[in-house]
Amino acid sequence: MPANFVPPSGVEYIRVLPEIILAAVATLIMVLEPLTPAPRKRALGYLALAGFAGALAGAAAAGWRTGPAFSGMLEVDGFATFFRLLVILAGLLVTLVSFPYLRREEAESGEYYALLLYSVAGQTIMVSAADLIVLFIGLEISSIASYVLAGYMRREKLANEAAAKYFLLGSFATAFLLYGIALIYGATGTTRLNGIAQVLSDPRMAPAGILTGTAVALMLVGFAFKISAAPFQVWAPDVYQGAPSPVAAFLAAGPKAAAFAVLLRVFMTAFAPLTGRWLAIMWSLSLLTMIVGNFAALLQTNIKRLLAYSSIAHAGYVLVAVTAHSEEGVQAAMFYLTVYVFMNIGAFAVVAYFSRKGERYVEIEDLAGLGVRQPVLAALFAVILLSLIGVPPTAGFLGKFYIFQAAVKADLLWLTVLGLLNSAVAAYYYLRLIVIMYMKEPGDSLLELPGMAVSTRAALWTSAAAVVVLGLFPALIR
Amino acid sequence: MNLLDAVLWLPLAGFVLLLLIPRERVRAIRQFALGITTATFLLSLALLVGFDRTSAAFQYETNLPWISSPEIRYHIGIDGISLWLVLLTTLLSPIGVLISWQHIDRRVKEFFALFLAMEFGLIGVFVALDLFLFYVFWEVSLVPMYFLIGVWGHERRIYAAVKFFIYTMTGSMLMLAGIIYLYIRAGTFDYPALIEMMMNGSLMLDRMEQNLLFAGFFAAFAIKVPLFPLHTWLPDAHVEAPTAGSVMLASVMLKMGCYGLLRFCLPMFPAAARGAAPWIVMLAIAGILYGALVAMVQPNMKKLVAYTSVSHLGFVVLGLFTFTELGTNGAVYQMLNHGISTGALFALVGFLYERRHSLEIEDYGGVATPAPVLATMFLITSLASMGLPVLNNFVGEYLVLQGAAQVNFRWAVFAAIGVILAACYMLWMYQRVFYGEARKDFSMRDANLREWAVMSPLIILMVWMGTYTQTFLPPITASSAAILEQTKVNVEFHVERQMPRQELANAR
Repeated sequence: MPANFVPPSGVEYIRVLPEIILAAVATLIMVLEPLTPAPRKRALGYLALAGFAGALAGAAAAGWRTGPAFSGMLEVDGFATFFRLLVILAGLLVTLVSFPYLRREEAESGEYYALLLYSVAGQTIMVSAADLIVLFIGLEISSIASYVLAGYMRREKLANEAAAKYFLLGSFATAFLLYGIALIYGATGTTRLNGIAQVLSDPRMAPAGILTGTAVALMLVGFAFKISAAPFQVWAPDVYQGAPSPVAAFLAAGPKAAAFAVLLRVFMTAFAPLTGRWLAIMWSLSLLTMIVGNFAALLQTNIKRLLAYSSIAHAGYVLVAVTAHSEEGVQAAMFYLTVYVFMNIGAFAVVAYFSRKGERYVEIEDLAGLGVRQPVLAALFAVILLSLIGVPPTAGFLGKFYIFQAAVKADLLWLTVLGLLNSAVAAYYYLRLIVIMYMKEPGDSLLELPGMAVSTRAALWTSAAAVVVLGLFPALIR
Repeated sequence: MNLLDAVLWLPLAGFVLLLLIPRERVRAIRQFALGITTATFLLSLALLVGFDRTSAAFQYETNLPWISSPEIRYHIGIDGISLWLVLLTTLLSPIGVLISWQHIDRRVKEFFALFLAMEFGLIGVFVALDLFLFYVFWEVSLVPMYFLIGVWGHERRIYAAVKFFIYTMTGSMLMLAGIIYLYIRAGTFDYPALIEMMMNGSLMLDRMEQNLLFAGFFAAFAIKVPLFPLHTWLPDAHVEAPTAGSVMLASVMLKMGCYGLLRFCLPMFPAAARGAAPWIVMLAIAGILYGALVAMVQPNMKKLVAYTSVSHLGFVVLGLFTFTELGTNGAVYQMLNHGISTGALFALVGFLYERRHSLEIEDYGGVATPAPVLATMFLITSLASMGLPVLNNFVGEYLVLQGAAQVNFRWAVFAAIGVILAACYMLWMYQRVFYGEARKDFSMRDANLREWAVMSPLIILMVWMGTYTQTFLPPITASSAAILEQTKVNVEFHVERQMPRQELANAR
């Protein structure tokens, strides 16, 4: 024990309340799992739901008492609280979508919910980390749980492929990140984010450019993988396609938002002195991501792959906000990520419901006639799709507006024009879903379509309502 | 909450209430939609009562905060130009409902719900005085139209609907970039405030900025007008849309583009607009001639009428970019005329379609014998559309041509050829459809009460607008004069002295 060790005070425990709750409930579920008979596994799901709700309250309580925790390893500020609430909410909505899905697939178990809780716990640690080591630990907790979740349907070939691919590529990317952290530690002698910034901005202490440049590049590769930015996006479509739909929804929501939070925090604080160096890279990264995501999505016939590419494209938009590297940019990214979490979970909720047992109906053509058979559901899905296109008055439009406003303010005119034209391209593939849903005659895929379970319906309604309400009253979260 | 708010929000309220009516009660749904659109029209007529016809100021203003950061306000109001466009929208909406009465027989509830949502968006476009709000309404009106074409259209409806959406969306995105830039530069979305700042010199856009912003806004509006060569979505959308969709598209939606040019492009970026004017006029004249020539050879009636729109809207753009009072007044008048007469033409073509289930001219012939009233209606509308004096189009075209002649006489000459061509294609179509031996292979009944109700207000207006322009022109003149005044700010007039050749040679 180092001599300068100060035991944590009571308030510091409050600041990690969400992590404590999530981890405790997850462990409790693991303990109860072997004791619960198969038909009653659902109870563990309710416990997870309660855990998420408790963690939401915990995060809110922690948000009241902002400040550092554990010798400054964590920094619970407004930014962290915002993202904590977001990732926990994402976990909660995904749990709701998972209930009927797991029952239908006859795959209910406590592990699923425990993994979900652990993964979210990792994300809450990530977003509040003030130290690269803690950040790395959070990222690993979140990632490892997600690797397992991706392969949860262990009898499915595609799920196995997805999990293996995700795990291998993910570990590879993490290694890059770790190299970057090691180099930056070697260069600056600290892993604290503000400590790094201090050293880098001090001309007397500034280390060699080649060393810091390499470190930044390596870390960027690691983050770019996690947010599925091109050219590090190749895993995303395969993993989203192979993973169970609720897990795909989760991967595109929680881990992605958390990774963006970390990216923002690291590049806006620790690497702020090096802005001139990474800006051009970020510029190209965002443009490439938007182009790859949108143009590849045009060619997809599988809804899950389409949503995966759409998720890549949306990461590109958020990267535009990061490229703006300003207060507005950060706010715009926060708003957009929130909106995206809702849009994404809403869309995947429909897929999870519609695909039927064994995910048989995941082709775009299968949606034909949904607008006639399930008008309310189709209307909600259409609202979400219009928001993904960015049509006012939905929140998707406002999110894009904030992002490109920040970009114009940062003199990124060409990126703005190219990004906006990209969203016109995007309109095409989202419209295709609407076209098929409303303008094609119903086919075999609509035979024996059961009603939507209450919990999925709750998630879908929440998402659609959030998309509209935030579009009309963005002040609620800004 | 003033009268204009009521006019704007009533259709949306109708939309929400209509969703509550059970879908089997088709008759109630139709009646309700008719009731709401008629009530909106009557309310909007009341706007005329308190309207100061000599003022160019915005009237019936409401200005409330909506979103605080960035500051977006719910700011609406109308001047002498938007007044008539709002009335055009509210007049054509009940007519659109009547046209769809029998034509739309499946998913009736969705159709009328979307129709009301579209009316809300269209009115909003013409009354919004906040750039952001304008953009919101611009897009809000797009989505219902996309569904109207895509769900209730003819065979190639999906292609047409998607093409329509993507074209418009691409233009809108460029406009959005412009709006964002303007906001960052000026710190406000408020249109009157922006104009005020430009007039008093506290907001100076240099020529480069003006050019780029003009290009962004112009792209959105030119696609919507549509200006040649960006018109290719229009024939598809018109032909495939259900009749009411075609009517609303031609009569109101195309005016959104013209209105945008007049309201935003000209006064906000005058230097760029004047600089680009010769090129744009060139495109407008090309559109007038091209549209007319292509219309002449169309075998399909709806397509023919669609191409006449390309031709007629060329006149509007020509008038706007003459920067003369006559030209601008003519352009606005022509916007209204085109709304009335082309709307009527599409309605009539729709009536023929309901009888014969064909849009091909060759499937008709001798229709005048069994249906004399319908034939007369069609004749009056055709005559109006080709610009016969005493009917409405003549006034607008005349003003535009005179305005053009003031600037460059050659423009007027070429544009006038378009008027001649209009007579050719309209009369030729009329002859092939209504004259000749009455065909025996189908029965043709004459106009019924519903069709009377649709056509009589439009025909009355054609005559009224052609004979007594005093009803309509004064508010337009007041407002367009103000806009023309704004286009003189921030512009350097270069008078370049042309050196005679000889002198040039001597100088060398």
